[in-house]
Amino acid sequence: MPVLDLMSGFIVELRNAGLPVSLTENLDAMEAVKEIPLEDRDAFKYALAATLVKSQNHWRAFETIFEVYFSLRGPEYSIAQDGSEDSEMWREQQDLQMQGEGKGQSGGSMDGLTPEEIAQMLMNALMNGDQAMMKALAKQSVQRFAGMEPGRPVGGTYYLYRTLRNLDLDNMLDRLMDANKQQAAEELTNLEQRLEKDEFESRIEQFKQEVEAEIRRRLVADRGAEAMAKTLRKPLPEDVEFMHASRDEMQSLKKALQPLTRKLAARLARKRRHGRKGPLDFRNTVRHSLSYGGVPADPKFKYPRPAKPELMVVADISGSVAAFARFTLMLVYAIQGQFSKVRSFVFIDGIDEVTSYFKNTEDISDAIHRVNTEADVVWVDGHSDYGHAFEVFWERYGKDINSKTTILLLGDARNNYHATSSWVVKEMQKRGRHVYWLNPEPKSYWNTGDSVVGEYGSFTDGVYECRNLRQLEGFVEKLV
Amino acid sequence: MSKSFESVQEVRDGLKKVNYLADSGIAGVVYLAQRLGKPILVEGPAGTGKTQLAKSVAEMLGARLIRLQCYEGLDESKALYEWNYKKQLLRIQADKSSDSWSEVHDDIFSDEFLLTRPLLEAISSTDPVVLLIDEVDRVEIETEALLLEILSEYQVSIPELGTITAKQIPMVFLTSNNTRELSEALKRRCLFLHIDYPDMDREKEIVLTKVEGITENLADQIARIVRSIRQLDLKKAPSVSETLDWARTLILLGIDHIDAQEAKDTLHILLKYQTDIAKAAKELSVDK
Repeated sequence: MPVLDLMSGFIVELRNAGLPVSLTENLDAMEAVKEIPLEDRDAFKYALAATLVKSQNHWRAFETIFEVYFSLRGPEYSIAQDGSEDSEMWREQQDLQMQGEGKGQSGGSMDGLTPEEIAQMLMNALMNGDQAMMKALAKQSVQRFAGMEPGRPVGGTYYLYRTLRNLDLDNMLDRLMDANKQQAAEELTNLEQRLEKDEFESRIEQFKQEVEAEIRRRLVADRGAEAMAKTLRKPLPEDVEFMHASRDEMQSLKKALQPLTRKLAARLARKRRHGRKGPLDFRNTVRHSLSYGGVPADPKFKYPRPAKPELMVVADISGSVAAFARFTLMLVYAIQGQFSKVRSFVFIDGIDEVTSYFKNTEDISDAIHRVNTEADVVWVDGHSDYGHAFEVFWERYGKDINSKTTILLLGDARNNYHATSSWVVKEMQKRGRHVYWLNPEPKSYWNTGDSVVGEYGSFTDGVYECRNLRQLEGFVEKLV
Repeated sequence: MSKSFESVQEVRDGLKKVNYLADSGIAGVVYLAQRLGKPILVEGPAGTGKTQLAKSVAEMLGARLIRLQCYEGLDESKALYEWNYKKQLLRIQADKSSDSWSEVHDDIFSDEFLLTRPLLEAISSTDPVVLLIDEVDRVEIETEALLLEILSEYQVSIPELGTITAKQIPMVFLTSNNTRELSEALKRRCLFLHIDYPDMDREKEIVLTKVEGITENLADQIARIVRSIRQLDLKKAPSVSETLDWARTLILLGIDHIDAQEAKDTLHILLKYQTDIAKAAKELSVDK
């Protein structure tokens, strides 16, 4: 039974993508699918989602894999256009269907249009929010502009780029806004303009997704679901590496960070409250024994109140590791209630204190933005110089380190072959409570080339690999 | 459960009749939950109608809603059952003379001395019920284990009495605000439903059904402004309930067409943080 085969392939792929699908969940999914009429694709999707995906973070991965495995299939999506009987028949059927639904004038009749005419039609469709037309146009433009060839080993993004370039989608928004202005009877207020703009943006986004889906369908038809899923496989947000995150991944990382900090803060606060019991509290026990006539029936214990650590974050914000520093600072400040005091310093080859940026502001991302633009971190040439930065740090702020201070050093320790001045780290460890080094590079790269993390590391209480949110979260929890 | 749903559409229509506008995802999961006899774990941002869903389903089915509000420190004596100690004590003292020990023992651990708490009540009820376990993420991870037996087997084991099995399988909703990761064991037993902010059209319809005397035009404008605000990078995006509050306020103020100034003046109903209000005001303001 093909559906069953497809299902098991689908579930294997989900597991490959990192979703924890257990055996019972697998069975539940099979059970659920039985209750759903197979032709209702939407319901089918939600049935699978409800039984297999148990975290919102995994939804995107699920959706992509679902689209690959259960996309609409048929010869009309095949890339090769040899005009065989089979595909002709399919196309005709498709046209008939469309006309039957009263969404005609598209489909086959579009073949004769020039690219400009198609762009014009697209603009009209976007203007009026004509869904059926947008769909038909997406199909048509992929067929025309993507230049897909069977068996060609390029990813979907390449075809997407080619299609969108031909439609001049970048300027579409401006043109839509202009056209809208001319159409309106009276001058639009700024508020209305803004709302119109948002509306058009969402429609353009919808069109893009339509094009993407169309390309994917064709690729699946060409290469088969399994191979396609493999090329589309992306790490889950918590596994994305800081150092190689694309812009989209950065966005999803940012989104994942917020609930994560909330969870972390709640967990840490709970841990603090529910710490283990301490030694017998003699005074308290005696006081309570009075109500039992002097018999200490109800022993009382002291609850240890561990002092909150003071934290100093010293972060390299040079290009390669900037993203990592940014996320760590965000995370630290989001849970700053767990520390008695947080001070932060950033450096490239010069060093600057940025604690004040985070004071009196609720908006952490705003403060981070100021760190990136205003902090005075360049001394000579703007290439990382850990040695000099550490020396200046010791000179200016070294005296503020005391036995309660925990120091976090963030960076890849790629020192451009400058002097390391690792004695500073040694002194820090002597004077402070703990010194930790967080390195966003994979462990196998440490101490290769100009990385000197080993030399610094020997004077710290531990060097940790922090390549993704999962590792970072784990470390912070340990810290508090 | 007395009646069983035939299709997803039936659930959707039924919910609409009690003024809950479900999208196909929500209706689909509710339908499945009833067909498979599984609990639903509902997650999503605050104020998107998670608790309301359980209430509406109860109303639709004509069932009684039993609600267990979770909090830190919830234990089995408040969630499951408790022995009525005082009554047991009275019973023992009432006829000291006659009974042998074993008789008394059997007697004081019987139904008469059992105080049912929400979970047991939902199980032992004979009329249709909907069980709502609200904000399940607030209990400690150890307490979660209490729920496991009832969620998978629909039964409660009481050492002195034996196992009480459900007379009919109730619909169970668990809601979570996602303040912590729930245990795998719990998640595995449930269907998962994430309720996000509704899209523009659905939000407009929600405003139209829930707010009396609102014009289509105003509802449309409200939905569009709220969508624009949600796209900003805010500490707390406006929820559906806040949208409804805002719509009601605008009605009370007699506004039927929002301009930038009025939007700015009433933003504090939608947003709760000063920085958010400032940001949104700047984005929507006249002098952009």
